[in-house]
Amino acid sequence: MTKWQCVVCGLIYDESAGMPSEGIVPGTRWADIPDNWACPDCGVTKSDFEMVEIAA
Amino acid sequence: MNPIIIVGSGLSGYTLAREFRKLDKDTPLRIITADDGRFYSKPMLSNALSSGRTPDQLATADAAQMAAQLNTVIQTYSRVNAIDTARHIISVDGQELEYAKLVLALGADVIKPPLKGDAADAVISVNDLGDYTHFRAVIAGAKHVAIIGAGLIGCEFANDLRSAGIAVDVISTGSAPLNRLLPEAAGHALQEGLAHIGVNWHIDRSVTAVDRAAQGYRLTLSDGSIIEADAVLSCVGLRPRTMLAGAAGIHTAHGIAVDRFLATSAPDVYAMGDCAEVEGLVLFYVMPLMNAARALAKTLAGEPTPVVYPPMPVVVKTPAHPVAVSPPPPGVMGEWKIEVLGSGVRALFFDAGNKLRGFALTGTAVSEKNALAKELPALL
Repeated sequence: MTKWQCVVCGLIYDESAGMPSEGIVPGTRWADIPDNWACPDCGVTKSDFEMVEIAA
Repeated sequence: MNPIIIVGSGLSGYTLAREFRKLDKDTPLRIITADDGRFYSKPMLSNALSSGRTPDQLATADAAQMAAQLNTVIQTYSRVNAIDTARHIISVDGQELEYAKLVLALGADVIKPPLKGDAADAVISVNDLGDYTHFRAVIAGAKHVAIIGAGLIGCEFANDLRSAGIAVDVISTGSAPLNRLLPEAAGHALQEGLAHIGVNWHIDRSVTAVDRAAQGYRLTLSDGSIIEADAVLSCVGLRPRTMLAGAAGIHTAHGIAVDRFLATSAPDVYAMGDCAEVEGLVLFYVMPLMNAARALAKTLAGEPTPVVYPPMPVVVKTPAHPVAVSPPPPGVMGEWKIEVLGSGVRALFFDAGNKLRGFALTGTAVSEKNALAKELPALL
């Protein structure tokens, strides 16, 4: 499981934690998140800015 | 065919170009920027120390790469001196360029606090990557930084500097941090969270003078107290850049006045981002910028589209005590219902009709942000 960071606002997406408030269950891999998903903090869509992988 | 010209290569200018190119691959595009045109994200400036990044590492592409990626001409180190809205011409360092459509994405200037003292000019402010590069050079080896202003940027820099082991004093005229966004109880929770990691607070005070000291600088506060620091960072707010538009006869208020289509009072001239005032709203945040860029891109591609502002909570990146706030819209009467939890504050704002119109969450309460945001009406 890896953590990802949005390159625009720094939001951390942790695959093991998922994002329950966004309907993303824990363990959801970044690749399995739909492309039209938008960062809940800054609105950047996933297809625009790839998240930067940071150490798990 | 004359190009669409975008003035400004910050997040606004580049996001608009990117959204436009998704809809229109061919219309000629030209971006004019006063700096080097590198792509970077401004929100990442105030947490770069804790994420271990140097200023250069914050830039993820240079002007040439952006030009190729966006199929656009990028004119760097160029300033627009005038706009002739009748002839659809801008003058850039004396060169005249004609535009089919013009988008002003000029950003904002930092507000400079009035300071006496022989080192007032040494006070640094940061509102772009160039400023930040200078700031990092100045604080290399610094043990102690004084920050003037406890708004979002001041608090994020205070947390980031502390994470790098640098001593921090924050001086604010407010009675609590983020007093323009948060009810006082939530501001005090953030204050305590940052004090807990060593930030020294001087609230209800202003800095009256900055003088050179034997080593570094000496700040004199309004209560007569003195602070010594190796560097002084001023974060007391931004002011939209409206002069260029105003000089061209374009209507300006606090920002460049635009309607929901981001159109200014001049034909074929638009404005967005920190320099724009969209139906009375000046919002220096990323979420409004993203919504504006998507709407304006459609409009420029021939499908007039008004901007929509859903609830857009502001997230303050202070890991010591995070904050998420959706302030009640200006002019809405109502009151805060404040619950102080063990590990944060949940403050909800209800209007006269007992409807939720805003919230301020700190500490662990931040996890409720997305759920609460869904209960709020759109802002625009």
